[in-house]
Amino acid sequence: MLRDHLISAAHLSRDDIEAVLDHAAAIDADPGIVRGRHAGRVLALCFFEPSTRTKMSFETAMKRLGGDTIDMGAVESSSVKKGESLADTVRVIEGYADALVLRHPSEGSAKLASEFVDVPLVNAGDGAGQHPSQTLLDLYTIRENAGLDDITVGIMGDLKYGRTVHSLAHALTEFDVRQHFISPESLRLPRNVRYDLHETGAEVREHTDLDEVLPELDVLYVTRIQRERFPEEREYREVAGEYRIDNEVLADASEDLTVMHPLPRVDEIAPEVDETARAKYFEQAHNGVPVRMALLDGLLGGDT
Amino acid sequence: MSDTDKELRVSKIRDGTVIDHVTAGQALNVLAILGIDGSGGESVSIGMNVPSDKLGLKDVVKVEGRELSQSEVDVLSLIAPEATINIIRDFDVIEKNRVERTESVTGILVCPNHNCITNADEPVRTAFAVLEDGVRCSYCGTIVRGGDVAEHIDAHGSGETAL
Repeated sequence: MLRDHLISAAHLSRDDIEAVLDHAAAIDADPGIVRGRHAGRVLALCFFEPSTRTKMSFETAMKRLGGDTIDMGAVESSSVKKGESLADTVRVIEGYADALVLRHPSEGSAKLASEFVDVPLVNAGDGAGQHPSQTLLDLYTIRENAGLDDITVGIMGDLKYGRTVHSLAHALTEFDVRQHFISPESLRLPRNVRYDLHETGAEVREHTDLDEVLPELDVLYVTRIQRERFPEEREYREVAGEYRIDNEVLADASEDLTVMHPLPRVDEIAPEVDETARAKYFEQAHNGVPVRMALLDGLLGGDT
Repeated sequence: MSDTDKELRVSKIRDGTVIDHVTAGQALNVLAILGIDGSGGESVSIGMNVPSDKLGLKDVVKVEGRELSQSEVDVLSLIAPEATINIIRDFDVIEKNRVERTESVTGILVCPNHNCITNADEPVRTAFAVLEDGVRCSYCGTIVRGGDVAEHIDAHGSGETAL
């Protein structure tokens, strides 16, 4: 089980992942096995940019473990506004907490912060970089619905800036997974992620058209194409419309297709899909709590 | 080419370092890596696009009164992998070494990703892992291909490398 910082999914071995997922499944089945285990311990939530799901699920996870959370609040009301460095901020907060969760708008921020603290630090999103705890809950959801070996996964949307995509792509290389990436040319996977996938020998293909690959997929992981990435609203509309799924688009998909999304969605998945058995994105979000309980339990040294 | 021409281009120095077989066009970047901008008073000679049997064309950099540190030599391997380092004392070559490939470079390159935390005002030095054909930021993962590395040299940085 993980005992150190969690900075990048690229650092997770298959054994690490399976240990967390197995522990999460055990907690899911019987939350009583960890009830009160971390009473008196404190998790610091350091969110330098807005978050709803990630922050609340970490908070819930820690409280269900019997511990408590502290929150630095909005950046506008914190010492960051006075120009304090990230390094100083986490060094101070380390003195108040047993572990830190960091969300920050700059790539590499979690790695930098981890160099200044001794308590475990979890990267909860560093700019367009990585979001490894999201990946653990994504993998948990995939395992529950499709298994994690000998499957074909399509990842669609903003692959360039989507940190959940970068982490998931890395982690899937630990399993027997065929990966297909579907995006506009301008939002293809960044060079460093493609480099890593190539280095691992992963079976990867890139597409601009979902139809090319949809019938083969066991999992379709949809991400939001972010309006703010486009200089013109018209360009965004043209592209975003191409990557919207509804029941008609999914007509050629496998009956057992699992549709996932890290949320929030805007209009890339039509609400009518919610009513089908394929829609797993709310289940995926709910899985964040047991998975983060398992992760924190390991990082805080309570799983043995 | 006459002997006189050759002598002009490759005139001897008394004490210092001759960096030979530098990739053509990289001589000024070599000076940047060494932190030499003329303000330190070193006597420097540069030959650019000099004919070379080995490389076709090469650059040569000669620095009077200065021997390179190992870390400086290692950083040179990023932009001049074929370079040879000749240490000169009293007009004689007393040591001749090839540059060696390093595993990482610290504090000498600026990450081109403006959103990388190393470009914020944080108490941290840049760090790059050396790849087969380029370098990679150890913080944000951005990859800089070999031919583009020189564009990201921080002339004011002080390099450190790790083997």
